[in-house]
Amino acid sequence: MLFSIEVNNKVITAQRGETILECLKRNGVFVPTLCHIEGYSPTGACRICVVEVEGRPDLVPSCSHPVEEWMKIKTHSPRVIRARRAIAEMLLSNHPDDCLYCGRNGNCELQNLAIDLNLREKRFSGSKNTLKNDYASVSIMREPSKCILCGRCVRLCETEQVVAAVDFIGRGNQMTIGTSYNHGLSSRNCHHCGQCILICPTGALSEQQHIAKVQEALHNPEKHLVAQFSPALSVGLNENLGIKAGKTADHIIVAALSKIGFSKVFDTGLATDLNILENASLLAKQIREGESMPMFTSCCPSWLHYAETFHPSILPCISPVLSPQQIMSVLIKKIYASEMRLRAEDIYTVGLMPCTAKKYEILRQEMLIDDLNMTDAVLTTRELARFIKLYGIDVNNIEPMLPHSPFHIRSTAAKLYGVSGGVTEAILRTVYFLLTGVELEPYKIGEVRSGSGPKFFTMEAGKYKVKTAVVSGMSQVQKLLKEIEAGKKNLNFIEVMACPGGCINGGGQKIGASDKDIKTRSKVLYEMDEKENIRVAHKNPIVHELYQKYFDAPLSNKAVEFLHRRRLEKKMEGNEQIL
Amino acid sequence: MSKETKKNRNPYIADILLIPPDQYSHQTAERVALLRREKVERPTIFVGAGTCGMIAGASQTMLSIQMYLNDHLMKADVVEVGCIGLCQFEPIVDVQLPGKNRISFKNITPEKVYSLLDAVFNNTIDSVDVLGQFESRHLVPWEDVPFINRLPFFKKQKRLVLENCGLINPSSIEEYLARGGYKAYAKAIQNYTSTEICEIIEQSGLRGRGGGGYATGKKWMIARQTQSDQKYLICNADESDPGAFMDRALIEGDPHKLIEGIAIAAYAVGASQAFIYIRSEYKKAIQTLKNAIDSAKEFGLIGSNILDSSVNFYLNIKMGSGAFVCGEETALINNMEGRRGTPEPKPPYPATQGLFSHPTVINNVETLANVPLIIQNGPTWFAGLGTPTSHGTKVFAVTGKVEYNGLVEIEMGRSFREIIYDICGGIKDFKDFKAMQIGGPSGACLGEACLDLHIDYESLKQEGAMMGSGGLVVMDESACMVDIARFFMNFLQHESCGKCIPCREGTRRMWEILESITKKPVEGQEHQSLERFKGVLMLEELATVVAETSLCGLGKTAPNPVISTLRYFRDEYEEHIFERKCRANVCNGLRTFYIHTEKCTGCTICYRKCPTSAIIGTQRNPHFIVQDKCIGCGICYDVCKFDAVSVH
Repeated sequence: MLFSIEVNNKVITAQRGETILECLKRNGVFVPTLCHIEGYSPTGACRICVVEVEGRPDLVPSCSHPVEEWMKIKTHSPRVIRARRAIAEMLLSNHPDDCLYCGRNGNCELQNLAIDLNLREKRFSGSKNTLKNDYASVSIMREPSKCILCGRCVRLCETEQVVAAVDFIGRGNQMTIGTSYNHGLSSRNCHHCGQCILICPTGALSEQQHIAKVQEALHNPEKHLVAQFSPALSVGLNENLGIKAGKTADHIIVAALSKIGFSKVFDTGLATDLNILENASLLAKQIREGESMPMFTSCCPSWLHYAETFHPSILPCISPVLSPQQIMSVLIKKIYASEMRLRAEDIYTVGLMPCTAKKYEILRQEMLIDDLNMTDAVLTTRELARFIKLYGIDVNNIEPMLPHSPFHIRSTAAKLYGVSGGVTEAILRTVYFLLTGVELEPYKIGEVRSGSGPKFFTMEAGKYKVKTAVVSGMSQVQKLLKEIEAGKKNLNFIEVMACPGGCINGGGQKIGASDKDIKTRSKVLYEMDEKENIRVAHKNPIVHELYQKYFDAPLSNKAVEFLHRRRLEKKMEGNEQIL
Repeated sequence: MSKETKKNRNPYIADILLIPPDQYSHQTAERVALLRREKVERPTIFVGAGTCGMIAGASQTMLSIQMYLNDHLMKADVVEVGCIGLCQFEPIVDVQLPGKNRISFKNITPEKVYSLLDAVFNNTIDSVDVLGQFESRHLVPWEDVPFINRLPFFKKQKRLVLENCGLINPSSIEEYLARGGYKAYAKAIQNYTSTEICEIIEQSGLRGRGGGGYATGKKWMIARQTQSDQKYLICNADESDPGAFMDRALIEGDPHKLIEGIAIAAYAVGASQAFIYIRSEYKKAIQTLKNAIDSAKEFGLIGSNILDSSVNFYLNIKMGSGAFVCGEETALINNMEGRRGTPEPKPPYPATQGLFSHPTVINNVETLANVPLIIQNGPTWFAGLGTPTSHGTKVFAVTGKVEYNGLVEIEMGRSFREIIYDICGGIKDFKDFKAMQIGGPSGACLGEACLDLHIDYESLKQEGAMMGSGGLVVMDESACMVDIARFFMNFLQHESCGKCIPCREGTRRMWEILESITKKPVEGQEHQSLERFKGVLMLEELATVVAETSLCGLGKTAPNPVISTLRYFRDEYEEHIFERKCRANVCNGLRTFYIHTEKCTGCTICYRKCPTSAIIGTQRNPHFIVQDKCIGCGICYDVCKFDAVSVH
C-alpha cells in the first residue's frame, strides 16, 4: 500500500511496512549508516542514521523504524547533523588515530563518515581501549582496537555463515567482539571464509598477509617462484587496481608477475579441468551404479572445514578430489619440477586466490606431501593489487602476456568455477558426455546461473537423470543438509560454496564492492565462456597429455594418488580428528 | 474428573474463596478469624524475616525465641512475616497474646529476646523497644501503647499494595485467602470476559509503575487484539536500581498478591503462560515465590481448568543474571530467550512481537499487585485516588539521610515534603536537606524547589525526573552534587550494555569530564585546565545527544544525573570549575590542607602517613604541606592529634 509522507518539506511516496531508511533510499535521500546490513533485520546499534520526526521528542533511527502516514521527516536538520557529528566524534574518541598505517586507509567507512560529516577537530578526548591484535587464525587477522562494535560481522557470521565464530564479550565501554573463551580466531568454529572482512566498516578485520613471505622468497636467488591464479581473482583484480572492471586481468597478472620476478605464472584453470574430469568421472560412475548418496563438491576449503567440524557424518559423501589450487600445486611441485629438473624444495608456489580460506587450505594435512608444503603462500585479490603496486608496475601500460607453458591451456568450463553454479555447469557438461557419448547442446545451463537462492536442476542424460543442487552461503548449506537428513531431498550432486555467490564474492575480493560489481565479475566469466573455443574440460589437449603421460585415466590408481585426498581418507577410516 | 474432585475437596477454595464472607458457616467463620488473627488460641510471635530482617539478624532472634519457649515449656506459634516497611528497626518482633492486641517491638536482637518475652508474658512491657500496637476491634488494647497506624510513619501513608506486608505469613496461602485473596481472580474469570478486564484496567487509569508510565490497560488491549496462537505475560521483578527494594519486599511479604495480579493479567491478555523474571540475587524472594506458586498449584489456582472455568494458567520463574539493562523490556526478552541481554529497537513493541516473537505483555511487580485491588473495588474507586492523570498509590523505597528508612506507600499527588518530613521524620542529625534522587541511577536529582511538588508522572517529567521504579535517595548538605553526578555516571558507564554508541561512549566521556572537574589542578599541566574547560562546554551537548539518540530507555535517561544536577545545582558546578572548590568538601582533589604552625608539635605522624610524601618537616618543628604534591586524601587531617591540620 502506498501513501505519501513529507521529507525535508517535499512529499514522497512510501510503502507500508518498509523502514524510513528504505523509503528514503528509494527516493534518493542519502542517510549515512554504520551497523545496517541490507536484507538483515535491523539492530539499531550505531544510531548514525537518526532522523528528526516531527512530534517525536527524541531522534528516530531510520534503519529500524517503519514509515507511518503522519510522518514529517527531516534528514539533515541542524539537530540531526549535530547528533550525527557527536556520535561520530564519540566513536573516533575511542579509535586509534593511525589511519596512515591502516589497511583500509582510503577505503574505510568510518573515515568516509568523518569526511562526510566534516569533522575537522578532535573535540572529545579521553581514555581509549587498547586491545591486543588477534593473530591466532591462519587466514584472518583481527585488530579489536579498530573495531567500532557495529556488530555486522557478528550478525553475518551467525545468520549468513551460521557458525557464530565471533560474538560480543563484556559490556559497556569494555565490550569487545571476541571468540569463544576469547582464545582468538583459531577456534574450530571459524571456517576462514573471510566474509567478515568484506562486511567490516573499518580495518578491524583483514587477511593474514603473505606479502612479506612472498617478498622474502622473491629476493632469495635459490628460489624458483611459480604463481597460479584463479578465475575469480582475475575478474576481481581490476577493481582493486583502479582500472576499468568488466574485463579479465589474466594477461595483466602474468605480465606483471613476470616483471616482478616470477619464473612462471600458470592459470589454475588447467588444474580445474583435471578436477572437473575426476569429479565428472566419479559422478558418472555413481549415477551408473545407482548410488543413493549424493556427491558434494570439495573445491571450497571453507565448506570442507565446516563439514568436518559440524557434519562429520557426511564426510564420505564429499568428493575426494583435491581442489584446483591443490591440484595445480601438486602439478607444479611434482610434474613441473621433474620436467624442469628442479628440486621441489626450491620451487616456491604462490596461489593467487580470491579467498582467505585458501590460506588455511595450504596448511591442511593432505597438502603436506613428503614433508613438503605443496603451496607456500596465498595472496588474495587485495594483496595481489598491493603487491603489484609495491613493485611499481604500471598496469595501464603493460604488455599483456599469455599464461606460461606447460600448463597454458584451459577450458572455459574451468573459468566458471569462480561463480556459484559454475562448478555444476562445468561438471555436468563432462558428465553428459561421459554418460551419453555426445556433447551437451547447448553448453549453457541457465538454470544454475540466475538467482541467489539455492538452485535445483535435473539434467537428463540419455536414460539417466542427474539431480543437482547449487548452494552458496552457509545458511543455505545448513538448510539443505537438514532437508537431506530428513530425507526430503534426493540428489546426485551438490555444489557447495561458502561465500554467497561463490568465489567472485570471496573473502579476499575488494572491500566495499556493490552487488552490481559482483554481477559484473560473473558476467565477465560467462562472456569468456561464450567467446572461447574450448568450453569443456575433456577437450583440453593438455589434460589429455597429462593423463597419457602421468595419470593413465580418470580415477586410475595414479590419478587417485596425485589428484585425490588420500591422506584425508586414510585418517577418516581411523575416525581421527582431521588436520 | 479426578482433578475436579480433588479441587472440590479443598475446603479453602470451596468454603472461603467461592462464598461471600457473610454466608460463611460458623465453622468457616471461626477458621477465617483464626487465619486473620482476629483471635489466637495461644501466644503467637511474629518475626520480620524479610531480607532486611535476616540481615539484621532475625534468624538468631528466632533461635533465641525458640530457646526461650523451650526453656519455659511454653507453647506458642512463631510465624515468619515479611517486612512492614520500617527496615531500619529490624529485627521487628510482634507478639499477640490470646485476647489482646498484636504488639510490635523494634530492634529485637537475640540478647533482648528473654527480657522482652518475660515482660510481655507478665504484662509489664518496656516502652523503649515498643513500636506500637495494631488496632483491632475484636481484641483488647494494651494500655499506654501507641497504635501503630497512628504513628507518623504510617499515618500519612495509604497502604494498598503493601496492605498485607509484614502482617501475614507469606508462606501460607490460607491466610491470604482468608483476607479476601484470590477473590478478584475468581471474580475476573467467572464474571468478566478478558476484554472486559482490559477495559476495567483502562478505565481505572492504572499506569506502569516501572518507568515510562504507559497505560497498563492499553498495553493489555494491544496484546489481546494481536492475533497469535500463543501469548505471554512477563512480570518484571528485575529490580536493578540500587536503593530500590519495593518489589523484593512485596514478594517476600505478600507473594500471592503478585501471583493473583499476574493471573488476572494473563487472563486479560489471553496468555496461558506467564513468567516472573526475577534477579537471582533475590534468594529469599525467589524461595518465597516458589513456595507460593507450589501452594497455588496445590489449590488449583495455577494449572489447567482453573475453578472449572476452562481457563489455563501456568507460571514459571526465570532468574535473571543481574544486569541493570535487563530491566528494559526488549533486553529482558532477549535474556529470557537465552541470548545476550541487549535491547532491540522498538517498534515492534513486545505487546505485538515479544518473547519468541509472540505477543508479550511485560509489567512491573507493583503494577500487577495493583490489579487485584482494582478488580475487587472497581475502576472508579481506583480512579478516585490520586491526581487527575496519575491514579492510585505509589510505593517508594526511601533511603539516605532521613530519620526513618524504609518502604512508604502514598497516594499520588502527595508532596516529597510529606514523604521526607512527615513520614520519614525529616533529615538526620538536624542537617539541611539538599537534594533527592528519584527514579534510580538514571533518574534525576531534584533540589529543594521540588520538595512541594505533587508527585505524579507528569509533574516529575516536567522537572526532568521520572517515576522510575520508586527509589528515593535523600541527601543532606554534606553531599556534593558534582560528586553524586560523577558517581551515577560511573555506575551507568559500567552498566551500559555497550550496544549503541551514544550510551557506550557518551557515558564514559561524561564521566571523564566530571572526573576532570573534581580533580586537583596540577601545575605545569595548564593544557589540562583548558581541556577541562572545553569538556564542561561539551558536557551539555553530550548529554543532549545521548538522551536524544540512545537505543533504549537506559541510554535515553543516562544523562539525567548530569542534566538534572546542572539544572538545580549549576552553582556547584561553577564553583568546582572556576573557584576549584567543593563546598561539601567531598571531592578529594579540590581540598586544600594547611598545617597551623602554632598548633603543630612536630610529632611527624602526618609526615610518616602521607602517601605522596607531600609533607616536609623535622621532629619537634612545625611541618609544612607541599601543595603540588598533595592529592587531598585527608589522611593528615585524620591522623593529627592536635587539630593542627585544617581544610579549605
